[in-house]
Amino acid sequence: MMEIRFHGRGGQGAVVASRILAAAAFLEGKDVQAFPFFGVERRGAPVTAFTKIDEKPIRIKSEIDEPDYVIVMDTALLSAVDVTQGLKKGGLVLINTEKSAEEIHEILGAEKVAVVDATEIAIRNQLGTKVQPIVNTALVGAFARASGIVKLDSVVQAIGSEVPRNPERNQQAARDAYESTVVMEFS
Amino acid sequence: MVRMLLTGNKTTAYSAMRSRVQVVSAYPITPQTTIVEHIAEFIADGLMKAEYIQVESEHSAMAAAIAASNTGARAFTATSAHGLLLMHEMLHWATGARLPVVMVNVNRALGPPWSVWADHLDSISQRDTGWMQYYVENNQEIFDTVIMAYKVSERPDIMLPSMISQDAFYLSHTVEPVDIVEQEVVDNYLPPYDPPYRLDVNNPAGFGSLVMPNHYYEFRYKIAEAMEKAKKYIKEAAEEWYEITGRDYRGLLDCYRCEDADVVLFGAGTMMSTAKEVVDWMRAEGKKVGVARIRVFRPFPGEDVRKVADGAAAIGVMDRAYGFGRGGAFFNEVNSALYNHRNRPPTKNYIIGLGGRDVKPRHIRAIFNDLLKVKDEGLDEEFRWFGLRRENMPEEEI
Repeated sequence: MMEIRFHGRGGQGAVVASRILAAAAFLEGKDVQAFPFFGVERRGAPVTAFTKIDEKPIRIKSEIDEPDYVIVMDTALLSAVDVTQGLKKGGLVLINTEKSAEEIHEILGAEKVAVVDATEIAIRNQLGTKVQPIVNTALVGAFARASGIVKLDSVVQAIGSEVPRNPERNQQAARDAYESTVVMEFS
Repeated sequence: MVRMLLTGNKTTAYSAMRSRVQVVSAYPITPQTTIVEHIAEFIADGLMKAEYIQVESEHSAMAAAIAASNTGARAFTATSAHGLLLMHEMLHWATGARLPVVMVNVNRALGPPWSVWADHLDSISQRDTGWMQYYVENNQEIFDTVIMAYKVSERPDIMLPSMISQDAFYLSHTVEPVDIVEQEVVDNYLPPYDPPYRLDVNNPAGFGSLVMPNHYYEFRYKIAEAMEKAKKYIKEAAEEWYEITGRDYRGLLDCYRCEDADVVLFGAGTMMSTAKEVVDWMRAEGKKVGVARIRVFRPFPGEDVRKVADGAAAIGVMDRAYGFGRGGAFFNEVNSALYNHRNRPPTKNYIIGLGGRDVKPRHIRAIFNDLLKVKDEGLDEEFRWFGLRRENMPEEEI
């Protein structure tokens, strides 16, 4: 089973991102689960969401403590949340940042780091506002590239069904992010 | 077959749609859930033909469902936690009036302190209202059980209400693939509700009026008799659904690898789905463990519990609720079913997951290992508050 944890802030679309990813894997015939951290959501506050993907039926109903992948939607979260907590050995962190993979590796120490400037991509595709861009669909596109566990086509199709507003621009953001994601391994 | 990714709440709305419910009454405030919002959308969009009554309290929501059912309509409502408690008086009424209302409850903890997380005390507190009670482990089971519950409830020789409980967040807010069975397939399975008696202005009759002591007793006996009979019909309804869908709910007690198990763990809801996975892991290590999920709590599957006891050397019962004064309700019911049985293995109660505390695979594994110890060394204690944090003590590392 692949377990993915999303870190974002209320309003950034982490919960929707977890569902888009689940929907993409579901299109590829996998069993999936997606859920928010079981809390009370507030705009701007740190939000956690989860996606589980498996070849066989998923029976475990508990939260994810040891993710294979972590997706961080906002670098400002790094000072507030221990995003790599429980990350499996060899696990990958995908982060929305202007920084390089080396710089993120310096900060987080993760062995596998993927970086993408999802904020710039979201603004370019007119998703949200410049102050509060909606980066979730770009990040799921980037995740397809960084992880290889879902196809970009599936992500694009899933956005079509899961995102009611501006699906085309969101799909373009996912494609742009897929193209510009940089993945590096450190050992 | 249409497989969709749905939350438990949306799945529930689809189950009401496919059951062709005719009246939905609801009080849309916390701790209500998005179930009734989704149903309102379905009706507004013309996808569902039903009368939607927005009432002024949960007590009124049940009263409206009762009145609707009394006129011969198929009635539905949904609730959670304190909302369910406020309905309590009317729950007894639905039973006494022999009305097959079906309701979905999202299991949430009771305050204070305030909590919106998973806990079974809300529905356990309704144990003696005469409602059939189902506890489910995934979103698919919500959909399937609502439809099957109408089939059983509406039988002329049953005519009792049903409550289907799903764990808050673990199902209500979690997206899973769900097969939404086609309308015509459900229509063939579940014919329209056609009660023998109903409120009808053209044929006036009285319902629920005063009876003297020489009759009341027999009315109660009839309810008891119907509840007992329902066991057979729940199995029949599940058998027929299995033939259509291939999904198996034929046991009131859902036994997983119990047959040759040394120790068996009972419980209800989503944590039992997690427990099934742990059973497979421990079986691979040569440990003979099994799970008995209480899918139907009322009527209680006492005979099935006895069968499990015939094979097991120790029994554990997980309760996601505590009955202050004497342990969890599931534990007490399992014990009560065994007292007059010849084979009585030691039984131990694990209080776990109250107020949404996450029940993890490693917790279940620790409980199985503890039960294997009970099997070898005998019972150490009857009740264990699993993972309890105490003042000035670090959290129990499990």
